[in-house]
Amino acid sequence: MASSHDRPPHELIPIGLEPKGNWRDPSIDFHARRGSWCYPGSAKALAAMGFANPREWSPTDADWQLPADWKRIVLEGIRERLVNHRAFHIFMDTCVRCGACADKCHFFIGSGDPKNMPVLRAELLRSIYRREFTAAGKIFGELAGGRELTEAVLKEWFYYFFQCTECRRCSVYCPFGIDTAEITMMARELMQLVGLAINWVVEPVANCHRTGNHLGIQPHTFKDNIEFLLDELAEVTGVRIEPQINRKGAEVLFVVPSSDYFLDPGTYTFVGYLMLFEHIGLDYTLSAYASEGGNFGLFTSHDTMKKLNYKIYHEARRLGVKWILGGECGHMWRVLHQYMDTMNGPADFLEVPRSPATGTVFDHAASTKAVHICEFTADLIHHGRLRLDKSRNDKLRVTFHDACNTARAMGLLEEPRAVIKGVCNHFYEMPETTIREHTFCCAGGAGLGTDENMEMRLRGGLPRGNAVRHVRDRHRVNRLACICAIDRATLPPLCDYWAPGVDVSGVHELVGNALVMDGENERTTDLRGEPLAPHAVTQEPADA
Amino acid sequence: MGAVISLVAVAGLALVAVIAVGVGDLRFLIGVLVPGIAFVVFVVGVACRVVRWGRAAVPFRIPTTCGQQSSLPWIRNEELENPSGWLGAIGRMAGEVLLFRSLFRNHRVELDRGREKVSYVASKYLWAAAMAFHWSMLLILLRHFRYFLDRVPAWVELVQRWDGFFAVGVPVVYLTTVVFIAALLYLLLRRLVDAKVRAISLPADYFALYLLLGIAASGVLMRHVEKVDIVQVKAAIAGWASLQAVTPAGVGGWYFVHVLLVSVLLAYLPFSKLLHAPGVFLSPTRNLANSNRRVRHVNPWNPPIVGRTYAEWEEEFHDKLAAAGYPLEKE
Repeated sequence: MASSHDRPPHELIPIGLEPKGNWRDPSIDFHARRGSWCYPGSAKALAAMGFANPREWSPTDADWQLPADWKRIVLEGIRERLVNHRAFHIFMDTCVRCGACADKCHFFIGSGDPKNMPVLRAELLRSIYRREFTAAGKIFGELAGGRELTEAVLKEWFYYFFQCTECRRCSVYCPFGIDTAEITMMARELMQLVGLAINWVVEPVANCHRTGNHLGIQPHTFKDNIEFLLDELAEVTGVRIEPQINRKGAEVLFVVPSSDYFLDPGTYTFVGYLMLFEHIGLDYTLSAYASEGGNFGLFTSHDTMKKLNYKIYHEARRLGVKWILGGECGHMWRVLHQYMDTMNGPADFLEVPRSPATGTVFDHAASTKAVHICEFTADLIHHGRLRLDKSRNDKLRVTFHDACNTARAMGLLEEPRAVIKGVCNHFYEMPETTIREHTFCCAGGAGLGTDENMEMRLRGGLPRGNAVRHVRDRHRVNRLACICAIDRATLPPLCDYWAPGVDVSGVHELVGNALVMDGENERTTDLRGEPLAPHAVTQEPADA
Repeated sequence: MGAVISLVAVAGLALVAVIAVGVGDLRFLIGVLVPGIAFVVFVVGVACRVVRWGRAAVPFRIPTTCGQQSSLPWIRNEELENPSGWLGAIGRMAGEVLLFRSLFRNHRVELDRGREKVSYVASKYLWAAAMAFHWSMLLILLRHFRYFLDRVPAWVELVQRWDGFFAVGVPVVYLTTVVFIAALLYLLLRRLVDAKVRAISLPADYFALYLLLGIAASGVLMRHVEKVDIVQVKAAIAGWASLQAVTPAGVGGWYFVHVLLVSVLLAYLPFSKLLHAPGVFLSPTRNLANSNRRVRHVNPWNPPIVGRTYAEWEEEFHDKLAAAGYPLEKE
């Protein structure tokens, strides 16, 4: 089979969204479906985290080397979670199969595979629940929608619950608020109990636990990288910023996703943050120990999420900071917003965040003490505290991709838009069914952004890619701004495939372009070292 | 397949009622005993289920936010789509329960392979049918209070008067009857015709629809064709209320079909997807405020997990940290 990259886009678009056949058969041909599943978690990573059943195996093996009593473990796991998570219990009972969610999943739209309809994805687990935990299912079995838990079902779970990015889009349309992300999280926890995980999730988890970040960057490299990025910045702007790392007594602990200081184009966003802090004289520090805001524990289990998130408050306490500022990252913000305080709080040793530049008190973060960088910057721009030259972004015609988690687990919709409009002259929205709470996933979230899964990523990227193409054709958009580290890694190949000619960047890269720094040279290039639009360079001050 | 099995099941139930009364003279069983038992099963069953849900913990506050959050004072938040407090959450729930807000967002995706285009078409039919069905069912239930209460209260009269506004037929055909049946037929047709919905439908989905249609049909036949003796019906129902069994006399087979199907519906509800009725109120993605960062949410079973401490980290990387010039806790 030709790799998905080589196939022209129209071949990857499903012929129709009209499923045929009976979904109750769990069998999957993993050989034939290469490109649509992820490599299993390595024995080394599983062992490092103390996870169950570490071994080397492949989904194409006939024998997945499950523990002898795997069925008991899974059923016991379900029983426990029904008591511990009301959402899970209610979501198992209340679905009426109205079908409102069916065509809301990017993976269904892009694959036409019926089991990618959120309702059926949930039924994969719900059918087991019915058969084993409800009176109707025990008596009437299949007639009541029950299925027996077999090894084939477990393999089917592995395929489809690692084909859900936990984006929560279906939950927006569900009349009962059934959230497939919650069901997928439970299914992944259950699978992890018997050693079924994917490597793109557990390896970052193991790295993060040991070194402090997903990429496994050790502290000396962390520092070197940042020095290197700031050297490059000095070449572009003439301004040399001193990195602030592990500095006790700073006012703010600044936490970012690790790819921001390691992978393009996230690195430009990273220097954008630091330029902003330099510009307003913020007293902040980064941490080489808490060097990861992202948290792949969210895609593993609640316990793992808590374990990895622990270091943020722990480090804030050690360094004696007053509050926490968080960079641009989607799932990181789901954890900081919806889980951190509950799991590792109370953060009563910190103070209610207050912007030293504007005096704004961020009351909405009074308990967590964590503020999103877009909230912080939007406030600065609103109060006119930044010297900005918007024309430096004039060659960019920008659209904005809402990250799933900041949109549907926070409601951070206007802040990033306010920042973009504050630093860019050309901003265009994608169609309204594809942005804000309706936003489409990049199809690489929740640990699925790995290359062996590329066909599924490109398929799932169809709705987002198509919306980008729409504004590219209509408004000549050439820049897709986003506030998510996974987006910055996964949207570039998606755009290359579905909407060639559109580049991807973080919002604070645009901020960095526009910021007029004290003592800077005349800017001839943007942060990427690419020339600014000609008119911007030659522009005379209005009063000259 | 599920559609046929369920149809046979509901038709079979109706037939049981007809035979039991017509041939077996089991009026007491179908008219008194079965509804009594069904009612008890319904109440106890729903109570048990709700208690079980209620006892399950809500470890995390996980609302699905569908609008702008409350953050900076100059940004207007959408309180009903993304509530910042309990008042907003109540408003949001009211929207879900009374107006089916989330269903109103529905749209249909269309793929044009030739033009490589994905489009979204507003699709409110499901919402309209769901609203029509649920609201007419509520009004029909309220109308039925004239049989349950000795003296018909004024509000029942009012509902009835408005419901018969068009004054078509003798006795008057109620608007809700027409809407109820039309909405159910649409929901049934949708399951049979739309390939996506057909693929996800279980026998239970058809069963509920047939049951409700059977109840509606037998009710219509009783009112407009068979014309049962209302006085007898009221006496029988008053008998349930006062816990004295009154075997209804002088009423025909459709009455018993109606009563049996309603009994089955009641007894079936606590074991079926019809639990969505109480369930929607407890759904944590809808009934919680998005006040996560403002107010700490407590997990009753928060496990005592600690991550890797700074001290452990510094110990492992001590030499590298020292070489790179990091400030250290332990020199």
